[in-house]
Amino acid sequence: MVSALRRRAGSVARFVLLVFLVTVATFLLLELIPGSPIDALLPQDATPEQIAAAREQYGLDQPIWARYLTWISSVLQGDFGRSYQTGLSVAEQIAERAPVSLELAFLAVFVALAISIPVGVWSAYRPGGLIDRVSTFVISATLATPAFVLGILLVYVFAVQMKILPLLGWTPFSEDPVEHIQRLVLPVLTLAAGECVLFTRLLKGDMMATLQQDHVLSARARGLPTWRILLRHALRQSSFSLVTVSGVVIGRLIGGTVLVEAIFSLPGMGTLVINAIHSRDYLIVQAVVLLTAVLYLLINTLVDLTYPLLDPRVRKVRTS
Amino acid sequence: MSTDTRPKVAEPATATGGNVLEVENLRVWFDTPRGWVRAVDGVDLSLRRGETLGIVGESGSGKSVLSRAIMKILAPNARVLPGSTIRLNGVDLATVNPKTNKHLWGVDLAMVFQDPMTSLTPVLPVGKQLTETLRYHLGLDKKAAHEEAVRLLRLVGIPEPEKRFHQYPHNLSGGMRQRVTIALAISCSPKLLIADEPTTALDVTVQHQILNLLADLQEKSQMSMILITHDLGVVAGRTDAIAVMYAGRVVETAPTPRLFANMRHPYTRALIDAIPKVTMSSHTRLASIPGRPPVIIDPPPGCSFAPRCPSAQERCLKETPRLEPDPDAPVHSAACFYPLGTPDGGAARERNIAAGVTAAGTPVSPEVTV
Amino acid sequence: MTETVRERVDAAPAPQRPTASPEREPAQKKRRKRRDIGAAFGAVWIGLVVLGAITADWLPLRDPNEVTDVFAGPPSGEFLFGTDAIGRDVLSRIVFGARISMAVAIGATSIAMIIGVALGMCAGYFRGKVDAVLSLIVNFVLAFPPLIFLIALVTALEPGLLTLVVALALIGVPNFARVARANTIAFADREFVTAAKALGARPLRILTRELLVNVMLPVMSLALVVMATLVVAEGSLSFLGVGVPPPAPSWGGMLAAGRESLSEHPLLVLIPALFFFLTVFSFNRLGDWARGRVGRESSI
Repeated sequence: MVSALRRRAGSVARFVLLVFLVTVATFLLLELIPGSPIDALLPQDATPEQIAAAREQYGLDQPIWARYLTWISSVLQGDFGRSYQTGLSVAEQIAERAPVSLELAFLAVFVALAISIPVGVWSAYRPGGLIDRVSTFVISATLATPAFVLGILLVYVFAVQMKILPLLGWTPFSEDPVEHIQRLVLPVLTLAAGECVLFTRLLKGDMMATLQQDHVLSARARGLPTWRILLRHALRQSSFSLVTVSGVVIGRLIGGTVLVEAIFSLPGMGTLVINAIHSRDYLIVQAVVLLTAVLYLLINTLVDLTYPLLDPRVRKVRTS
Repeated sequence: MSTDTRPKVAEPATATGGNVLEVENLRVWFDTPRGWVRAVDGVDLSLRRGETLGIVGESGSGKSVLSRAIMKILAPNARVLPGSTIRLNGVDLATVNPKTNKHLWGVDLAMVFQDPMTSLTPVLPVGKQLTETLRYHLGLDKKAAHEEAVRLLRLVGIPEPEKRFHQYPHNLSGGMRQRVTIALAISCSPKLLIADEPTTALDVTVQHQILNLLADLQEKSQMSMILITHDLGVVAGRTDAIAVMYAGRVVETAPTPRLFANMRHPYTRALIDAIPKVTMSSHTRLASIPGRPPVIIDPPPGCSFAPRCPSAQERCLKETPRLEPDPDAPVHSAACFYPLGTPDGGAARERNIAAGVTAAGTPVSPEVTV
Repeated sequence: MTETVRERVDAAPAPQRPTASPEREPAQKKRRKRRDIGAAFGAVWIGLVVLGAITADWLPLRDPNEVTDVFAGPPSGEFLFGTDAIGRDVLSRIVFGARISMAVAIGATSIAMIIGVALGMCAGYFRGKVDAVLSLIVNFVLAFPPLIFLIALVTALEPGLLTLVVALALIGVPNFARVARANTIAFADREFVTAAKALGARPLRILTRELLVNVMLPVMSLALVVMATLVVAEGSLSFLGVGVPPPAPSWGGMLAAGRESLSEHPLLVLIPALFFFLTVFSFNRLGDWARGRVGRESSI
């Protein structure tokens, strides 16, 4: 009992440490960028006194560690500050944009899994069969097509040539559900394609190994129906890597929807951050990085927790 | 003069019908990047009701592949070549439609695997694995299946079966796991049980118990059994007939007492000689079979054992001997041109000892017993 | 008895049994051949691209930045791949753009490999605190959204080829570290390492003499995959406008520029897309071939 608590405490401590490191790194990184956040606010011919006054107003004259502490303490109180550029609350801006990116990320993983699991399972079951060969070919092709290339190609084919899907832009769900979904199709597909490749390969590899194991052979020798063996006896066992990787992928995608947002002109966190970097609007960048890192680590921890559910061998033995 | 080479238990009876299992010219080749691996290269067997056949051979002899071919659980790159026949109670297993015969495997045919740790699904409780089979094949409802499963667990000698029902394989000891595997195998009263090295992964004391359990169950239900092992000691007292395999073929087969008393094939002799005996003095050099494992990818012509056989002659390097019955005792067959205990065989051995080397170039010393 | 029973048996005609082998070649052999052909193609293509990148200056090409008055012209005798929106020769831009892609791919991968393998092997060999620290670093790098990190870094330092290479190398380190660590752990248990230790070999010697050779095999196969990834990463960054700054030609930049006129002049997008595709495809084929020879531990 005690050791389990200690382990939990250890994980929490690591979590906090990592988040701390990430935020510090962001701070330092932004420090390196030439120019300062308020450059755009001041007129060209501002006098040194005006500049100094502005810096003091925004607290930019403080040493870096002091600024960091100030920021952290206000974050912990829920205040992410106000954008230098627009004066709007950072938290508000993020809240407006975050759902887009999150929706993209989760949907992409979900779609990727929905495609990869059946394909992976069947390819492992019938290696060299039609589905296996077709999917391997498609995978090779997709793998070789970078996301942005794929996105543009998809736009070209579906939006420009075939004109069945809208070109660019975003419609919130509340406004028009149908169009919302329409606009989601291509971006989600673009994102999902890359992950499909990873998932299918992973699952197929693990499944093939599991299918050669004695317990699967034993189940087959007992004449149990194929679908049952694939799902009950084999899939659960082979899914550990997939689950881990899914978690990592979601975390990665949350911060990584930038490209797709750029291609399809979607108002997500990615574009927000890029603009913020360009315009030196650091508070936004810091807040987004913090959020992304926290989400990534949270998701990974959640994934770790699901292991015992999947694999009984890992569970604590209640009675010896 | 019958050239029927299949092992027979009693004196040659005319029974060809009534065989639980008949295997004819079974060839199983594997498709690998380096070419075709001839794991099983022409095997004939038959088995009657209630009999036990022991199949003995070293690793790579094809005995496991043979069992898996019968159970239809070969690896995806295996090919059962045309001309191979496997018949269970007259039903041709190769051509039978798996969809209409859903209840053949697991019911009439069952298998016990070597490693109990890996032959049970780790993520399902032991009881669930039992009830799954019972409900699928016998159509029992949940409650009836549960009761039957507990009964089976008790039958195979697992204490506290109710408790064990809910446990996972990793909660059980090796011996208990193997008992569960046996319970799984006999759950639907099979006509034929194949036990592939059922005791190799177990402690010696447990081995004995498991083998006794199998014999016990067999007696109660008149189930036929094939016992596959590399250990002659296991088959010695527990089988009605034995088939010795080497390089994918059966090289000798006979009723058990006859095999041990009158072995014909030099390989069988070598196997028995390799067993250390209690009566040997300490520091006795153990007899081993010289040479390397046989080539089973595009093998050269000739007897596959020739490179290691103390009796090898020129003919052995060119022609492949077929499994032929001994003219004096047709129940006993060997695939050898110069079998032990025959004048030809004796002469061949003498020649080699005199020359100090066999036709294949393997050195021979006089201590090799004839 | 003049003839033995045996001879009579031998003389009896043997029943015919089919013994012929299947005619066709085993499928696995064919598959292996196919994979080798794919890898060979990959090697040839990469070789061509690298060659082009190195010798670009001496090839009979137009200046990639030279503006002509043929705007968005189709492929012709004069301009093999046509021209872009402001009249520059697409072919020469592609060849010069290859420089950047290859420099990044090969350069950044090499740096990442050296650092990553060193860190990973130390973590895998010494375990304990060293391992814990490395694990922390790896998780730290992974928790940081990579594109944001890259964009910020590139903005912070002078945008340019060197920055790109350094930034991408940093991103690649965790992958190599992980594979190196996993393989070091696997090999450190083997007898030849124990034997070396028993002979009194110092850790550095064991790491470099015994373990490095074994670890490098899966690492090399990973390197090929990472190269593919970095070609894509460079392209992405150029696409977003934070890669090598214009007017230097880069495949990603060409793609971004071509997007403006996607419907009228699709070639401007399709040509760089094709080069991306072939290059990444080639790296992947080579990576697959290498992985097939090495084994499974070379995956991430």
